[in-house]
Amino acid sequence: MAAHLLQNYYETVAVILFSIGFTTLLLHRNMIKKIIGLNIMDTAVYLFLASKGYIEGRMAPIVTGGVQEMEAYINPIPAGLVLTGIVVSVSVTAVMLALTIRLYRRYGSLDIDEITMKARKEES
Amino acid sequence: MDFIRNFPFIGIFLCMSSGVVNSVLPGKWAKKVSITAVTLNLVLSAAVLYYVITTNQSYVYVMGHHPAPWGNEIRFGILEGIFATFFCMIMLLSVLGGIQRLEEDISEKRSNLFYVMVNLVMAAILALVYTNDLFTGYVFVEIMTIGACGLIVVRGESRSLVASVKYMIMSLIGSGLILISLSLIYDLTGHLLMSNIQEEVAQLVESGRYIDPLATAIALLSVGIAIKSALFPFHLWLPDTYTYATSTSSAILSSLISKAYIFLLIKVFYRVIGIQVIFQNKILHLLFAFGIAGMIMGSVSAIRQNDLKRMIAYSSVAQIGYIYMGIGMGTTIGMLAAVFHIMSHSASKSMMFISASGLSSVSGRSCRFQKLRGAAHRNKLAGFAFLIGGFAMIGIPMTAGFISKVYFAQAAVQSPSNIKMIITIIALGISTILNAVYFMRAIIVIYRPTDSHEDVVKRKDILMSAVLICFVIFNFALGLHSDTVVDYMRAGLAMFS
Repeated sequence: MAAHLLQNYYETVAVILFSIGFTTLLLHRNMIKKIIGLNIMDTAVYLFLASKGYIEGRMAPIVTGGVQEMEAYINPIPAGLVLTGIVVSVSVTAVMLALTIRLYRRYGSLDIDEITMKARKEES
Repeated sequence: MDFIRNFPFIGIFLCMSSGVVNSVLPGKWAKKVSITAVTLNLVLSAAVLYYVITTNQSYVYVMGHHPAPWGNEIRFGILEGIFATFFCMIMLLSVLGGIQRLEEDISEKRSNLFYVMVNLVMAAILALVYTNDLFTGYVFVEIMTIGACGLIVVRGESRSLVASVKYMIMSLIGSGLILISLSLIYDLTGHLLMSNIQEEVAQLVESGRYIDPLATAIALLSVGIAIKSALFPFHLWLPDTYTYATSTSSAILSSLISKAYIFLLIKVFYRVIGIQVIFQNKILHLLFAFGIAGMIMGSVSAIRQNDLKRMIAYSSVAQIGYIYMGIGMGTTIGMLAAVFHIMSHSASKSMMFISASGLSSVSGRSCRFQKLRGAAHRNKLAGFAFLIGGFAMIGIPMTAGFISKVYFAQAAVQSPSNIKMIITIIALGISTILNAVYFMRAIIVIYRPTDSHEDVVKRKDILMSAVLICFVIFNFALGLHSDTVVDYMRAGLAMFS
């Protein structure tokens, strides 16, 4: 079991990073750190995809000097997925940051628990 | 006739582009463009539905010039047609019904942004309904998340800001889980198109290789979608969100956005993993247990609320629980009941949110029960619509809610596992009683006779009245002609796999 984990160390690291990001996003009270957690989580998935998409000794399917046989190239789709994913995660991060700025201007705090308490107090 | 095959793509493209155009238009024009786009989509999807029903088969529409294993595809059968038409209709009615309240809630200068979000969400819903490509599904899930966040925050009040941040956090966790599960599925099968993945998955299961990663991927995807559609233990973002958003947004969020996610889940179960594989999978037991817990706990929390909108929000948690219970039963008829409940619940829930806004606008814009006393006498139509909605939620005959409960009970009786049958029937009984308790309380409050006439409707909201009449007619039609609808759904589900 441990040998498998070591052999596929890219995937292992990706999963560890994913869980770090996941817990930070879920449990951390600070908004900025939550956003950092979100980015770590997404990046972990890209690492996972990129490592799955690369095969040792092969090259990207950019054809120069004639097409070689299929075994010479790697599958370009995972790289495409990573690019799409990056675009999505950038836009989501931007939305989150914009919301955080508005929260900070309104409540003067980045702590989500404190903000919730203040909001509740204002209501009653 | 064959030209109709282009309609799903045209519809999605129309919504997307009108959303982009709306961002530079003034609010008044944005409203017109947006409503026109949604209406056109309703017509287009109705044409698609008519086409698939008359030809009685499903179609694959190739996007671009790349054939199956590489390109991107749209696929539509009867079920997709039904839901696209239905979602467009609910969207149109929700926007029209809440428009006056919307104009009070949102300043003229920013109201075009609201319509941008409406169009984005509409495009995302249609894309989720029609797409045949898993990664396209993920991209539109994210677009829908951003759109939904915009719909909540556009009101500009501080409480809706906090609610939208909470919504965003939970949603992003869900998206992260969906993304990693899609990467796992892609790595296991090497395909992104649903039909290709299904073939590969069938081979994997047959050969017995990679069973654990596959189960992990299914579990991650199910939990991700469950978080996004507010299944019971992940529902904490929901009450605030629905309460502090403007009523159109609440209607859209509860009856379209969460339902579109569930539709995606059912689609993945049928078209990606294969329904026979899913029925053997243990994740269904988990969804079943959470669904049952949600049915009971959602209703219990709803009883304790003092705010009408909050009560409706918690009742949504209970109804989402019903849907997941149906999915979790692990039989075709359970799935059918769940699919029908998606429709019946969104029809009545959007009506309830719109009528709640009608009731509160004659009660000093408050949804507190003390203020709402006798509101149904001040706004008779909204009161009546709320009454019908309440009846549908409780499951009184002639309403759609009754039919879906009948199907759930039928599914329970035909369930192969005795434990699930007993649990389902007991839970159905308890949750029906709990539903009756809190909806009856709300109905009694709004129908209590009062002598104060100071708050009588100042400005008649004709649009809302028309919309509420449409909703009431639609709910009764769904309840009375359920057999036809269910037959088409059964055919659609058969076509799905």
